[in-house]
Amino acid sequence: MTKAEKSPRGESGRSPSAARVRRARGGLFRPSQQTIVFALFLVLFLIFSLSLHGFLTPDNMLTLLQNVAVLGILGLGMAVVVIGRGIDLSLIAALAVPPGLVLQMVQNGHTLSLALIAAFALGLALGLVNGWLIAYAEVPSLFATLASGLFLAGLGQAALFKLDVVQWSPGMNALTILGQGRVAGVPVPIVMFGFAAIVLALFLRQTRLGSFVYAIGDNPNAARIAGLPARPVVVLQYVMASLVGVFAGIVLAASVNSMPTRIYNSTLIYDVILVVVLGGIGLSGGRGGIVNVIIGTLLIGTMLNAMTIMDLSYSAQNLIKGLVLLIAIMTDSFLNPRNEETAQQGDI
Amino acid sequence: MTGLMKKIMPAIAGLGMLALAGNLPANAQQGLDEPFQAQFTKALAGKVVAYVPVAMNFDLTEGWFAGVKQQLAPYGVKVEVRDPNWSTNAGAQAVTTLISEKPAVMIIHNPDVQTYAKLLQRAEKEGIYVIQINMGSAYRSTAFVGANWIEIGERDTEAVVEACHGKSNKIAIVQGALSAAASAYTLKGVENILAKHPEIQVVSSQAADWDAAKAKAITQTVLKQHPDICGIVGFWDGMDIGTAAAVKEAGLTGKLYLATSGGGETRGACDQVKSGAFDLDMSYDVPTQASDMAAMIKWLLDSGMKPGEVKSSIYTTLIPITKANADAPGTCWSLSAMQNRS
Repeated sequence: MTKAEKSPRGESGRSPSAARVRRARGGLFRPSQQTIVFALFLVLFLIFSLSLHGFLTPDNMLTLLQNVAVLGILGLGMAVVVIGRGIDLSLIAALAVPPGLVLQMVQNGHTLSLALIAAFALGLALGLVNGWLIAYAEVPSLFATLASGLFLAGLGQAALFKLDVVQWSPGMNALTILGQGRVAGVPVPIVMFGFAAIVLALFLRQTRLGSFVYAIGDNPNAARIAGLPARPVVVLQYVMASLVGVFAGIVLAASVNSMPTRIYNSTLIYDVILVVVLGGIGLSGGRGGIVNVIIGTLLIGTMLNAMTIMDLSYSAQNLIKGLVLLIAIMTDSFLNPRNEETAQQGDI
Repeated sequence: MTGLMKKIMPAIAGLGMLALAGNLPANAQQGLDEPFQAQFTKALAGKVVAYVPVAMNFDLTEGWFAGVKQQLAPYGVKVEVRDPNWSTNAGAQAVTTLISEKPAVMIIHNPDVQTYAKLLQRAEKEGIYVIQINMGSAYRSTAFVGANWIEIGERDTEAVVEACHGKSNKIAIVQGALSAAASAYTLKGVENILAKHPEIQVVSSQAADWDAAKAKAITQTVLKQHPDICGIVGFWDGMDIGTAAAVKEAGLTGKLYLATSGGGETRGACDQVKSGAFDLDMSYDVPTQASDMAAMIKWLLDSGMKPGEVKSSIYTTLIPITKANADAPGTCWSLSAMQNRS
């Protein structure tokens, strides 16, 4: 990915981390992308609350969150990988295929618990393969996960499912609550998003392994020289991401009472990357956290919800989404111009 | 012709028939060769029917394939699939390749009205019969077999308007993908009925891209804004599973009339109507469509007609699935049963 990474004995002293550059600038107040996006979110939220009848009601706020909960969960999984300076394009395959397998197996008469074990084993296998390819075979994550995702989606279509849309069967009803239930008035998908956010935030901020992820994302070579178990930690990142993907898929399936495995062909992966990057987790790794994903998700959720209330046409919605994204990115590059050093940090 | 002739002619014809009838028994003992079947058998044997759906692996396209194959294979017709798997490009390539391979018939399921239009015209010029199924293109080929989307839009909307009588008169529309003709035609049908009912107010009309999750998200938001909606017109049952889930979560199942349409497969249609998810599912019964296509192919191959010489449509007679008939045998069909039969 970076020049330093490719040569095993690379002089790692040449590339100071983005964080250090940021600190070195010091003094001046430079709002990060996170701040910018949060400000943008607040502004939009305020405008909609004042101008849009029915926007700022508790019910609508819950709907807003519920509609982006699955996207948010996926964003969390992606965030772990991106912080570790990777990317996981197979996340949508992990969302579609193992949960689809659960529905298919239950439909075929297997017990729910067996189906769940099979699904998580499949997700685990995907994560391990991804991690091995990237950490040990040193295949760039972009290609490794693109290929493994294609493989898994193809496997699902060719061998596991009879139809693209796997229908919900009565044997699955124990899981319905994950998608359609409520806990203390809050729809369960939101609770699941919150749960996943807390677990991953604790992992990243409170555990040693979490800080290893940041260290590796910041500077993989320095991390390795310092004696961190760099390769196993990279494997762990991808395993976590794909398990989070499977979890998100089960919530999605429970929520729409079926698993449309064709979702693999959709543009959902771009939305996931959008949430992560828009929230301020740089693709160069080592920066950001769970809060960023939540902010990115909130912005997207607010826009989608308001545009639905305004009954805007599909094309107008796309136009506005693109425009807001452009504004966020332009503001960021205007306030935080890239320099040669950060550009070498593996920007995509 | 004189009046006298007119009176005599039937009498002569009647005499002739009698004479024929008199002769028959004698000949029947040696067997009588039916004069047209040999030509029919010969016309079909060894012919290739190429089938290009937008993708396999879903009820409609699998059902058409199973049905057509089941009807034609016994006559020695080979039915081949080219599966573009939702890629319009791959589909156009498949059609182009097929034109040079010259199958006798192509069954085409168009992703949109434009992409294949020119190709299909060329195929017919090259002597290949083109049958378009359910989603037509801008080029009218020898035959179109499929649902009349305008009719579906009209009948679904009529049912919703009827159910709204004496209620809030607020309805929502969940469209498919904007680029799909099926969605645009259905919308036209909806508009036709709404023009006659100015009292009906459309509070939301949005595209969910044939995606159940999007349909659910949109419907949830709309229902929060307008909990008193009395009906929703959805454009495909596969997507409206999401719409129905949103209605159910809002506790409005039974209070709100949800009309949609689809291929009538048991799980996606009858089971959903029985569970109360849909109030009306207009089915364009896939086995009937498959039979229509097979009959058309038999007729065309036997006729020896030039492709494109005559152009016509067979619009599928729709089956409205409601609670009243969802349990009745024959209302829906089962894909696995259909596949096992062939």
